[in-house]
Amino acid sequence: MSDQALIPGWEVVIGLEVHAELATVTKMFSSALNRFGGEPNTNIDPVSLGLPGSLPVLNEKAVELAIRVGLALECVIQPSVFSRKNYFYPDMPKDFQISQYDLPINGVGSLELPDGRRIGIERAHLEEDTGKSTHVGGGGRIHEAGHSLIDYNRSGVPLIEIVSAPDMRCAEDARAYVSELRAILVAIGASDGKMEEGSMRVDCNISVRREGTAGLGTRCEVKNINSLRSLGRAIEYEARRQVDLIESGDKVEQQTRHWNEDDGRTHKLRSKEEAYDYRYFPEPDLVPVEPSDEWIAEIRAALPMLPRERRRRLADAAGVEPSDTALTVERGMDDLAVDTIAAGADAARVLVHIANNLADGVGELTAAPFAALVAMETGGDLTAAQARSVLADLVASGGDPATHASTHGFEAMDTSELEALVDRFIAEHPDDWAGFVGGDDKERKKKAGFFVGQVMKATRGQADGRIVNELLARRSAEA
Amino acid sequence: MSARSTAAAVRAGERSALSVVEEHLAAIDAHEDEIHAFNLVLADESLARAEELDRRIADGGDPGPLAGVPVALKDNLCTRGIDTTCGSRILEGWRPPYDATAVERLAEAGAVVIGKTNCDEFAMGSSTENSAFGPTLNPLDTSRVPGGSSGGSAAAVAAGFAPLALGSDTGGSIRQPAALCGTVGVKPTYGRVSRYGLVAFGSSLDQIGPFAATVEDAALLLEAIGGHDPRDSTSIPEASPDLLGVLGQGVEGLRIGIISELMGGPDRAASVEGIADDVRARVEQAAEALATAGATVEHASVPSTIYGLSAYYLIAPAEASSNLARFDGVRFGLRVDGDTAPEMNTATRTAGFGDEVKRRIMLGTYALSAGYYDAYYGRSQKVRTLIQRDFARAYETFDLLLSPTAPTTAFPVGERTDDPMMMYLADVCTIPSNLAGHPSMSVPFGTGDDGLPVGVQVLAPALDEATMFRAAAVLEGATP
Repeated sequence: MSDQALIPGWEVVIGLEVHAELATVTKMFSSALNRFGGEPNTNIDPVSLGLPGSLPVLNEKAVELAIRVGLALECVIQPSVFSRKNYFYPDMPKDFQISQYDLPINGVGSLELPDGRRIGIERAHLEEDTGKSTHVGGGGRIHEAGHSLIDYNRSGVPLIEIVSAPDMRCAEDARAYVSELRAILVAIGASDGKMEEGSMRVDCNISVRREGTAGLGTRCEVKNINSLRSLGRAIEYEARRQVDLIESGDKVEQQTRHWNEDDGRTHKLRSKEEAYDYRYFPEPDLVPVEPSDEWIAEIRAALPMLPRERRRRLADAAGVEPSDTALTVERGMDDLAVDTIAAGADAARVLVHIANNLADGVGELTAAPFAALVAMETGGDLTAAQARSVLADLVASGGDPATHASTHGFEAMDTSELEALVDRFIAEHPDDWAGFVGGDDKERKKKAGFFVGQVMKATRGQADGRIVNELLARRSAEA
Repeated sequence: MSARSTAAAVRAGERSALSVVEEHLAAIDAHEDEIHAFNLVLADESLARAEELDRRIADGGDPGPLAGVPVALKDNLCTRGIDTTCGSRILEGWRPPYDATAVERLAEAGAVVIGKTNCDEFAMGSSTENSAFGPTLNPLDTSRVPGGSSGGSAAAVAAGFAPLALGSDTGGSIRQPAALCGTVGVKPTYGRVSRYGLVAFGSSLDQIGPFAATVEDAALLLEAIGGHDPRDSTSIPEASPDLLGVLGQGVEGLRIGIISELMGGPDRAASVEGIADDVRARVEQAAEALATAGATVEHASVPSTIYGLSAYYLIAPAEASSNLARFDGVRFGLRVDGDTAPEMNTATRTAGFGDEVKRRIMLGTYALSAGYYDAYYGRSQKVRTLIQRDFARAYETFDLLLSPTAPTTAFPVGERTDDPMMMYLADVCTIPSNLAGHPSMSVPFGTGDDGLPVGVQVLAPALDEATMFRAAAVLEGATP
């Protein structure tokens, strides 16, 4: 997160509504398949087409996944009721959406960011997805299109809508929140969290206020945000727009706005006055959902480890702060890290290797050889550069680090050989040596770099820089 | 010949299903032009079905308890590949890709679907005059309405076009036309019969139920279509009740209450208005008959029933306004083109819906609107709770309740078409059972001063269709 205000003198207040498609086999209210990317209108049935006489039957798996989400976000799991949200839209077959209104399945909870801050969750409720319209002609814009095609494959796919409190203050917060939420949803198997396929969609509520003031400004809701990068751009654009309005003496009008990726701006969709009256009322075709305590306990017991728990576990094992383990957990390498550390490896080296040398994945690497490699490195048998090279071998083909090292001809240089080299360079460069011995910290560091460089050049990188430094320090003390 | 004996004869190979169907098609041929009970007569289909059933029986098979019995279906029940119009232009030409659960169960019981019957558009009405395809007339007097909204089904049974018919009842749409046409009509407990495949009007009130000439045949039909269905979340998780087995048990020892609030009359201040004297007299006579048969009969009070009509005309339209939103011209039925999707929606709905449907969509939309919800929809739900509570209290004292089914006998065609309030009052006695979710049925019991049938309504607590049918059988036997 950034410590600096996006716009000096102003505070941005952000709340997010995230819709995630739940990873069920069938749809929310029927046995049609919940599957992305099929031929249009192949995963449909009377219920997902809203045919007259069809009735919804709740998919128990969707409820279970929603409860998992609620538990992962530490929400209050409560008896809930489905309601009808009424408005006309061609890709919504019944012209109402079955959603949850005043009684959502998950009440207040919170999400812990990797840096330990908590973002409030107001609710996380179940609802059904709509179909998808394609506007043909007119460059895809609905008003200019010749006609529209509708694919109902997505109609009735179960969604969970997770509504945050307005607890975020900058684009980076919002991105961190969405990343963490996605990691949680994926970890618990609730959703695949793919923003690019639309299985996770973010609507963003933004308002601004003068720094130091407490009340909330008038907010705008920004829709059509399709990536984390867009989220950040949209927030920055929209906050700036609102501040500009206020600073030029205008007022922010409560609006729903549309993020346009191409021009990098938000555009007005409708004002508060034009907002729909959804005429919510309880869905008479469904009965209230009252999950038993036993069922909730069962679901809780079966929950896999959450990202925050993984960060804490690794932090405990490595003796670092949880925020220092975020990258490792994000890469899904924390099990490997924990096992490698448990096998005796130096924790700091393990985390450094994961951060710097394993960005492309662990391949064939497992804990025991990883630990052995780190031990060779910390024991001075391999230099950092050699260790990197052997690590790449382990990733590519597994095996034993010592074997790989000898294949490369990596042999630890004898300390006496190094001593001879160090002494030679001290003799050859007396002025630099004087700078090292007598100089201030900065000068000393610079000259150390010079001598290590000379030794490395002479050994073609085989020397261990750490040992060279130790030798320089010893000679200096003797001088 | 009753449906039950017809089925028995067909199953025993004593009669062919084909001859049964031919006989009824002949009746339809002879009189349908005067009555207009059907939107669609399935002559070829029903003959083919009858032949198939006869073949099965010849091969030693048993098609089931309704073997060879023609059944007429209200045209708001989905039938696979067969027009299902709901009496509306907006669904003209639409053929559902599936059968309603009740229709499937009829097929499993060996019945023959003989046609789709006319009804008020989307079941909204009490006279079958709101059909886009013209009114159905009362077979007993074609200057009179058959009642509604299931008037086509009632008329089909009364005219002998089919021994059995299915209707749907949201506020009285089975019982009231049954009363006006002199047939038996049953609204089962909410959830007793699956609503899957019934085109929804007021989802929390709608129930499918039987029409028959006799109580026994109504029991036979309800047994066949009732029972749990996983495709309807509000379906009661119980098997269909045994009704035929209890019909002869009588009413000895039963406590039966006459609902004072639904009897009208000068000496009853806290009653609904408009209960005709001749109707009231028949209900009192029916009560005496039950007493003679050994029941204890007293006056009962269910005070909040007088608010039923008002609550109903908010709840049912509210649900309808949402249920009927899907008729938007996008996927099925009528489409009237427009420049934009909203213009197409509006043009389609303007052309496709009749006046009464539009009236109720507007009523319901208003009742659910921001700022009005609490005053209208919210308040009517409270009345509904009160009615349920009052019934529960009455059933602490009584096993069954009794009332008129309709305030009057069949009224003249055209009399109420310009007066919606008068029309709505036709359901004042039947609506409380829908709001409570309880079963009730109409049994013909003599005639009014005009010689037209009067129906007596027997009401029972939830799930107690069996006791209700026992009383109905007694009334049937004591008909004046």
